Amino acid sequence: MTDLTSAAPLLEVEDLRVHFHTPRGAVEAVRGLSFTLGRERLGIVGESGSGKSQTGRAILGLTAGNGRITAKTLRFQGQDLLSLSPKQWRAVRGARMSMIMQDPKYSLNPVMTVGDQIVEAYRQHHRVSAAEARLRALAMLARVKIRDPERVFATYPHEVSGGMGQRIMIAMMLIPEPDLIIADEPTSALDVTVRLQVLAILDDLVRERGMALIFISHDLPLVSSFCDRILVMYKGRVVEDLKASELHAARHPYTQGLLGCLPKLDQRQETLPVLRRDPRWEHGTLEEVTR
Amino acid sequence: MSKTDVIGSAAPQGLRGWLSTDTPHSRFQARMGRLWFGWLTFRRNRLAMLGLSIVLLLCAVALFAPLLAPYNPVQGVLNDRLQAGSAAHWFGTDNMGRDILSRLVYGARYTLLVVVLVAVTAAPIGLLVGTVAGYFGGWVDTVLMRVTDIFLAFPKLILALAFVAALGPGLENAVLAIALTSWPPYARLARAETLTVRTADYIAAARLQGLSHPRLIVGHIMPMCTSSLIVRVTLDMAGIILTAAGLGFLGLGAQPPLPEWGAMISEGRQFLLNQWWVATVPGLAIFIVSLGFNLLGDGLRDVLDPRAGGNG
Amino acid sequence: MTGRAEQGGPETVRPSRSGARQASPGRIRLKRAGMMALRTLGSLAVTFLGLLIITFLIGRVLPIDPVLAAVGDRAPADVYDRVYHEMGLHLPLYQQFFDYVMRVFQGDFGTSVLTSRPVLDDIVRVFPATLELATIATILGVLLGVPMGVLAAVHRGRWPDHCVRVLGLFGYSLPVFWLGLVGLLLFYMKLDWVGGPGRLDAAMEDFFEPVTGLILVDALLQGDMEVFRNAVSHITLPAALLAYFSLAYIARMTRSFMLEQLAQEYVLTARVKGVSEARVIWRHALGNVMVPLITVIALSYAHLLEGSVLTETVFAWPGLGSYITSSLLNADMNAVLGGTIIVGGVFIGINLLSDLLYRLFDPRARR
Repeated sequence: MTDLTSAAPLLEVEDLRVHFHTPRGAVEAVRGLSFTLGRERLGIVGESGSGKSQTGRAILGLTAGNGRITAKTLRFQGQDLLSLSPKQWRAVRGARMSMIMQDPKYSLNPVMTVGDQIVEAYRQHHRVSAAEARLRALAMLARVKIRDPERVFATYPHEVSGGMGQRIMIAMMLIPEPDLIIADEPTSALDVTVRLQVLAILDDLVRERGMALIFISHDLPLVSSFCDRILVMYKGRVVEDLKASELHAARHPYTQGLLGCLPKLDQRQETLPVLRRDPRWEHGTLEEVTR
Repeated sequence: MSKTDVIGSAAPQGLRGWLSTDTPHSRFQARMGRLWFGWLTFRRNRLAMLGLSIVLLLCAVALFAPLLAPYNPVQGVLNDRLQAGSAAHWFGTDNMGRDILSRLVYGARYTLLVVVLVAVTAAPIGLLVGTVAGYFGGWVDTVLMRVTDIFLAFPKLILALAFVAALGPGLENAVLAIALTSWPPYARLARAETLTVRTADYIAAARLQGLSHPRLIVGHIMPMCTSSLIVRVTLDMAGIILTAAGLGFLGLGAQPPLPEWGAMISEGRQFLLNQWWVATVPGLAIFIVSLGFNLLGDGLRDVLDPRAGGNG
Repeated sequence: MTGRAEQGGPETVRPSRSGARQASPGRIRLKRAGMMALRTLGSLAVTFLGLLIITFLIGRVLPIDPVLAAVGDRAPADVYDRVYHEMGLHLPLYQQFFDYVMRVFQGDFGTSVLTSRPVLDDIVRVFPATLELATIATILGVLLGVPMGVLAAVHRGRWPDHCVRVLGLFGYSLPVFWLGLVGLLLFYMKLDWVGGPGRLDAAMEDFFEPVTGLILVDALLQGDMEVFRNAVSHITLPAALLAYFSLAYIARMTRSFMLEQLAQEYVLTARVKGVSEARVIWRHALGNVMVPLITVIALSYAHLLEGSVLTETVFAWPGLGSYITSSLLNADMNAVLGGTIIVGGVFIGINLLSDLLYRLFDPRARR
């Protein structure tokens, strides 16, 4: 893995916009998003419809058919993503950046065995024999703490539990050793009891391989405990960009609102406050809305 | 187009306003309003409108056949037999010297008759079987659906052939045979729709009001099945026409000298090489009418049953 | 399936202590598969019985006098009575039905009035012709229809999609017998590109000795290329015609299944992995489409066996459809009902086959 200095960021995004053409007119899901990412763990937080998932897909060039991406800059490891051919894209996806999706029940192919799907991810980018790819996949399954890799290798997705499915997903997406991994609500579909376990596995692997991570979630406390930096998105825009350790000092009323909506164990609250939305949040800068 | 614009304008008045209001005063008005919006969607689909025109044209031709047909459809002039198309006989004449256009015009009546008769017999049977099975569930459901499956397991045309064989050839028996073989899919459909509404709160409410089973089925469940059933019947009409024509072609449907289109093709078969028009023109008529029903059915489905989606 | 080999294999049966933990889920699964198979078989048996009831009713209760059909109008009264008793018509209806079922299960459909041979023999003789036609048509329909449906879905709203739509609409609107006649007029009578009605030229038919009854197979087995070429030229038009109808249906269904699958999330997963678009479409999405498509193909195949009644009439194809039709026109009820039962049985058999294939293709249905 090449060592990148902090001067050359892994991912540069400037003024990213995603439009969708619907029968009722154009909808802008992401409106002028900018950030740079080094080898760090970045959390993107927002409610549903805030454009956080569309941001992840746009970075991978996988916006749905009726969507259009524009950006002043969209560069990954110095390579301009906007001008890639489909073939060049395929060399980037999987091998250099990858994505973990929400629900393994839907994101794994139901008619292929788990093993075949992992092997496919590896062989897509490495010219090795089937036997060798199988060994690699088994090793990877063991790395995500699956006890009986041989058995799981031969199962179909409907035969495994949600937590195991998500570990399989992690194995599949990390096996080509990408430099950036985007995790889009990776634990929202899981039982509360297995969430932490899956997160710990993901965290270990990311740390150990020195990968960058973009963690997309609606769960601000979870993100703040897991990431170095947080972007808070509201209606397609970043309203606040702050370090996870400084979350308590958040200035934007939306971020404060998100924190305030959570029950606290140490204080007795009769009712949880409801987020009161200010129309200025949609367009105003941080300075304008905090004034 | 202007009509659609009116909907969006500030204060629509008169009939249009009555139809497009957000606050209907009666159930009738609400229903009419829904039909009106359906019609507006339907109108935008040009192919569906073409289908509707074809079907309306068929009805008009069937209705006014005596006025439209230039000659007698069953009695020909033997001296004029097997003539090619001309100003006097647009589509030529057949082996009995009968004008093919006139026979086509009268044939529209038989086509329409078959379609209507099958629709008014098969659809209600299917609706009744399906709603009763779905509503009561349990062994009633099992028995009725088993019977339905038995009919479905048969190839339609073969079963129709067997019925016709037993009943004897003829238009009425062909209709009966087709009706007896086309109700099972409607029963399946009606049952599926019934199962989705059976547990709905408004059904429970109606039951609590003390409505009897028959009234519940007829008054509250059947109306919920009609729109998808209409779509299905319309889409099937092309198939019914083709089956009836097929029976006619085999000599088991309408008997000569009736100008039924399938029988006309069968009669024209022996002159195929030299007088091709005798057999081909009725086939075109069948094709156009079937196409019309298919286009209409597709359009209706998009309006009434959007979940079915696409053209699958 | 988790290590089907171990679980379904000897370990399941061996009552050893070490195997016990693994064996129990395997046993449940085996039991479940057995129950499913039994249930399928049971429902098929009921369906077949229903089919027999219908044919029995048509043959015995509906107003054609089976005795008159057998002995003719002018038979004297004593002959009539004798035949009446011979046919068991004096017995109560349920006993007649029981006898009827017993005879059907022994393969006895009665004697054809028209050919004065057992109906079963007649059917065995004519069925290969229908089978040959329907099979070739289905193969063509699948080979062309599936890719067309896939392309239509992938290029939704663009010209490949429109082409498939128009093809489908025409397929649902054209009378098959008319298209057959027009085809004969054009390609046989006018252009002379293909052979005419029948399975072979009349001259050739006389000295050709069928073995399996599938002429194409027989000709190849006997190494008779002349007969083979001739048979191909005869089957081309009817097979193409039936293939068109099956293609229209298969393409339309493939398209809508494919649209559904392409919107699924596992497709996005495959793309994220860097899998090529071709592989995403033809391996991932189509792999899932195959599951419902099997039922569609089976249905289309079964319908070809039925639709060929008209096609066989037009092309004078001596198959099951022609046999049933000509028996019908001659009020030969034994032959008609026998043919109907066979066709119904084939229908049921194909349903069973598609059910089995479905289980094979869809791992979720294998339990």
